[in-house]
Amino acid sequence: MASGGNQVGGGQGFGRRRFLALGGGLAAMAVAGCGSNTGRGGSPAGGDKPELAQWYHQYGETGTQQAVKKYAAEYPDATVNVVWTTGDYDKKAASALLTDSGPDVFEYGNGPSIDMIKAGQVADLTDLLGDAKDDFTPSLLQRMTYQGKLYGIPQVTDMQLLVYRKSMLENAGVQPPETVDELIAAAKALTSAKVKGLFVGNDGGVGILGGPALWSAGLDYLTEENTFGFDEPAAIESFRKLRQLFTSGSLLLGAPTDWSDPSALTQGLTAMQFTGLWTFPQLQKDLGDDFDVLPWPKLNDGGKASVPVGAFAAAVSTKSKNVDAAKKFIKWLWVDQTDKQLDWAQSYGFHIPARKSLIETAEKLKSGPAADAARLVNEVGRPQTPLLWTPKASTAYSDALNKIIKNGADPAAQIKTVKAVVDAELKRIAG
Amino acid sequence: MSSTAPSLARRLRGRHDRNLWFGIFVGPFLLGLLIFVYVPILWSVFLSFFDARNTVTPTDFVGVGNYVDMLSDPAFRSSLATFVLFAAFIVPTTFVCSLGLALLVNRARFAKAFFRSVFFLPTACSYVVASMIWKLSIFSGVRFGLMNTVLGWFGLEPIAWLSVTQPPWYWLVIVTARMWLQAGFYMILFLAGLQRISPTLYEAAAIDGATGWKVLRFITLPQLRATSTAVLLLLLIIAFQAFDEFYNLLSTSGQYPPYARPPLVYLYYAALGQGQDFGHGSAGAVILTLMIALIALVQGRFLGLGKRED
Repeated sequence: MASGGNQVGGGQGFGRRRFLALGGGLAAMAVAGCGSNTGRGGSPAGGDKPELAQWYHQYGETGTQQAVKKYAAEYPDATVNVVWTTGDYDKKAASALLTDSGPDVFEYGNGPSIDMIKAGQVADLTDLLGDAKDDFTPSLLQRMTYQGKLYGIPQVTDMQLLVYRKSMLENAGVQPPETVDELIAAAKALTSAKVKGLFVGNDGGVGILGGPALWSAGLDYLTEENTFGFDEPAAIESFRKLRQLFTSGSLLLGAPTDWSDPSALTQGLTAMQFTGLWTFPQLQKDLGDDFDVLPWPKLNDGGKASVPVGAFAAAVSTKSKNVDAAKKFIKWLWVDQTDKQLDWAQSYGFHIPARKSLIETAEKLKSGPAADAARLVNEVGRPQTPLLWTPKASTAYSDALNKIIKNGADPAAQIKTVKAVVDAELKRIAG
Repeated sequence: MSSTAPSLARRLRGRHDRNLWFGIFVGPFLLGLLIFVYVPILWSVFLSFFDARNTVTPTDFVGVGNYVDMLSDPAFRSSLATFVLFAAFIVPTTFVCSLGLALLVNRARFAKAFFRSVFFLPTACSYVVASMIWKLSIFSGVRFGLMNTVLGWFGLEPIAWLSVTQPPWYWLVIVTARMWLQAGFYMILFLAGLQRISPTLYEAAAIDGATGWKVLRFITLPQLRATSTAVLLLLLIIAFQAFDEFYNLLSTSGQYPPYARPPLVYLYYAALGQGQDFGHGSAGAVILTLMIALIALVQGRFLGLGKRED
């Protein structure tokens, strides 16, 4: 089992929780120094085999680095050098793609960005899935597809969900909430002098509730035709509820650790917390079976409960000297080698395999809250953000949420501001 | 008597090999400056005229388009407003605080060196570390945070310092962090200035019957004019470059609140990370550079920086 997800920087799924929070958006951590080891060249390749550099971010779980090295070493058709990147991986990977000394194969949160695709930095991987295509979670594949071409192969699935302390709800006589109104009422009932009812991050939910707030109202970031998705009265109502939560006095704010860490819940600062699947080992260790899971509830009958789902995906740099060899390698590792994929998802932490058929064989996902979580992914899982939701759109949206939630700004006016930015971005991408 | 002119090599090396040694000592730094400072600056100016998304060798010339975009971008403009607000807070408070400290330390009868070190020491601390201490322990929003514990003694409710905008407590956190870190440094500058004031001036003032505030007003402050000008200029420029404490105090995973986003933080998000929009980022950087230069010039002219003291 993992070494634990509660330490800053050393936590399980540190990179995952970062990317989950990013929502296809922004790099979060300070820049660490750039190493000169790009994984290319150096030691002489064995025989005539091509040499490939495979980049990963630093996973928090013990044994992950050894595992990916082992997978790479077992690949017969190329010499694969694993580069394990500490620090701000997203930024390092993105800037390395500008140069010839970047990776051949690299992972990226939710697949390559739309600008990477449009700049021709990543290779088309459409033909790699073959018959296995139907076995991958469709929404994730769709997230990584642009104009009919697939640019990333999902490696493992992660999610965010609402976790609550069963005993606290029972003591307060509160039922697990099924609507946003019930959630607000429950948070109020669970709040006492020492415990707050709900924790959705120290920013009051700006960082992680952007998606769930829309889905709960039956809306989305973008429509199916890739136009702005939430210029609707339901969105206004949903944002008002977030503001109501923020001013209710039942939200935990200014906790020492943020939503991605389970400490607020395990230390009894809050009764409910919106957090990630990666906190489960720590939750089980500290709370035993005194916790259960829920999706973010629906706002009204037109909306749906939801859990945001994301995935690190493998991609190939077009600057690679061996694009075909690199494609063959990721087909081998992330499509064909199902035992390795299961090992990757299950042996070092708590994740959902990217292939649906493997979920059924994953022992850790067969019982308790973990089984419920896995079920939620299939039933109400939504990709965190659409591919065309660019960093600029993401910033505009989080700015608007900040103003609505914290300052009580008028949601309708804020939505208009976001729409103007998003429309311009969509136009730019289409052009 | 008549000797041939020194060879070219010899002339290049100069008298006593002075030029040679100059080259050996200065050359590497000059080269470093060129490669790591001037080339990137010029490259950045070049990029600012191109649509440079996910590339540093762009081909799509857009003229001043990026500049127009940045200047009409409400988020960039509001980042400039944030700076003005921040500078309006931090420049006078640090100025007064460091001058006050310098006057106190200068007048201390005993343990002068001790007090000087105590106030100077925070300068050695990194902004990142200080921000973490401020955020996680002193201004933590839970009831057992240091400030909230103190408030609790007076029966006051805990405050979520960095999470609320009404009232804007976050400014207190940001400004105090920077004050703590930089006041000591400017105190040293003021101390140096104070020690240059001739004691005879004070003696003459004393004979004329000036005491206390009057001495400060008519002797000390005018004599510190040159130092004050330099300190003000430095404070303003450094305030302009604010990044570390803002970023480390306020960024949460994935997003950064708009209400306290200085220009560098905005450019960081716009141009780096997944954005990789070097065209707009460079245009923003050039605009900022010009603004800093302009403000420095105006301020210098206004306060008489570099003017010969009469």
